[in-house]
Amino acid sequence: MPAAIEISQLTKRFGGRTAVDHVSLSVNAGEVFGFLGPNGAGKTTTVRMLGTLIAPSAGSATVAGIPLSPANAAEIRRRISIMPEAPGLYQRLTVAENLEYFARLYGLPGRQARMKAALDAVGLTDRANDPCRSLSKGLRQRTALARSLLNDPSVMFLDEPTSGLDPAAAHEVLGLIDSLRDRGVTVFLTTHRLDEAERVCDRVAIMSTSLRTIGRPDELRSRLFTRSLEVTTAAPLAKPEEAFDGQPGVSGWQREDPAKGGPAGYRLTVTDPAIAAPAVTRALVAAGADVLSIAEARRTLEDVYLKLIDDKEGAPR
Amino acid sequence: MSTSVTRISAVVRKEVTEFRRNRLILITAGVLPLIFLIESTVSLLAIKATATSAVLDKRVDSSLFLPLIVPVLIPAVMSAFSVVGEKEQGTLEPVLTTPVSTIEFLVGKALAIFVPAVVIAYLLFGIFMAIVSFGASQPVATAALHAPQLPAELVFIPLLAGWAIWVGIAVSSRVSETRVAQQLSMLASLPPLALVAMMSFQVITPSFGLGAALAGGLLVVDCTACFLVAQLFDRERLITGSKSDTGIIEGTS
Repeated sequence: MPAAIEISQLTKRFGGRTAVDHVSLSVNAGEVFGFLGPNGAGKTTTVRMLGTLIAPSAGSATVAGIPLSPANAAEIRRRISIMPEAPGLYQRLTVAENLEYFARLYGLPGRQARMKAALDAVGLTDRANDPCRSLSKGLRQRTALARSLLNDPSVMFLDEPTSGLDPAAAHEVLGLIDSLRDRGVTVFLTTHRLDEAERVCDRVAIMSTSLRTIGRPDELRSRLFTRSLEVTTAAPLAKPEEAFDGQPGVSGWQREDPAKGGPAGYRLTVTDPAIAAPAVTRALVAAGADVLSIAEARRTLEDVYLKLIDDKEGAPR
Repeated sequence: MSTSVTRISAVVRKEVTEFRRNRLILITAGVLPLIFLIESTVSLLAIKATATSAVLDKRVDSSLFLPLIVPVLIPAVMSAFSVVGEKEQGTLEPVLTTPVSTIEFLVGKALAIFVPAVVIAYLLFGIFMAIVSFGASQPVATAALHAPQLPAELVFIPLLAGWAIWVGIAVSSRVSETRVAQQLSMLASLPPLALVAMMSFQVITPSFGLGAALAGGLLVVDCTACFLVAQLFDRERLITGSKSDTGIIEGTS
């Protein structure tokens, strides 16, 4: 698959402070790519560099197939769109007037048809003549997304698109991002909301000034954490070693902190849960244990993120 | 890439639409000229036909000068909002991600202020002259309509407006608050007006040569100011608050 974005050793310094430090990565065409990191990690600065708003201090990049340079800035801007964290709408203008202004700035032919298509895509056709100041935060975000769709970009940079939205509005925006994937648009999604990154992103990169890691969420989990089964029985097992040791797929186990008089928990390190779980279940039943639950411990992207971000001393992966 | 008239006109259209819906701008653009019109007109209409020529000349000089403040003050207030206002409402970054060039953006902003300001100023002069012609006594009307500084003042209207606009945009590109921008741009737009005032009040004798020289000088200053403002427009500084250390990303001007 061709790369929509190629970044090599991209660096940005503001005076003595390094905001982005030698970041290299590649984003495939048509991919929804999550760019994660805590506040001040350099996410927005990276987007601004790729969007030709600010100049890199060092390194190089190709965006939408065009090398990043002052001479190519206008051409890159024509092929991409950026939706900043704040929608940045003209409050005194209507939704349609806001879109028309940007359609003119892009010099787009067939403005009305493009505006209609953009409004349809975000479900705002019936609000086209409403002043932006009268819109809710969610609707403003959708208007900004419609504005980003006007020039039919091949790469879209979305900077915290669900920031400040209630769960329902955030859900709608994520649905729209999903629809962008269906349209073949490459989405570079900057966020610190890990649940939404896990939901919509094909791959994610975790930043903290420098790149900490990159990969599919499940890849990152398996790369950083061993797989395990969580077993809960109604009462502590008299001889847990008899139930767990030597079972196929089980490489070790440990007792979780017990609650007094309550159910007992065990964490089993396994190589393959599909093999280990049935064998362990049979052994527990044979041992006369009352099994309350047995399930694979689910590591979230948040676990991956926290492990990497907390590990300040660790070398970039 | 060549400069696009479509993009300039897009900026002009948007600005004018916003001005029309901005009460502060409307009040500034409406009330100020009205005050100067009333003041200037009443001042001349109140002169008796028997007034001495010294009194008459003094009144005519001040009445003709007052409307010249309009093409300075209105653009100063409006242009001060032009860049910092966009920055404050978060609209600058989305605009700068489009292919619009710095010069297109700035010229669009300037035209949207220049045209209404100059139209209002000429309209004001026209109404003032009409009232004086029909309402004032004959000697007063003659003195006003044949004042030696009048042609020069009419030429100065667009030039003063141009200066005030570029100064206002320059200030607006460098400060972080609209209010500060308005105060600074009003102050900075006054020096050429002082020169015109000296001519209007005949501290320096108005002549065709002097008027033409001043007008030519102001035209050169306006064009230079346009160029300088475009050169000083630092996208990176406007967006991040930090000065660019690697050159301004532009690529479109």
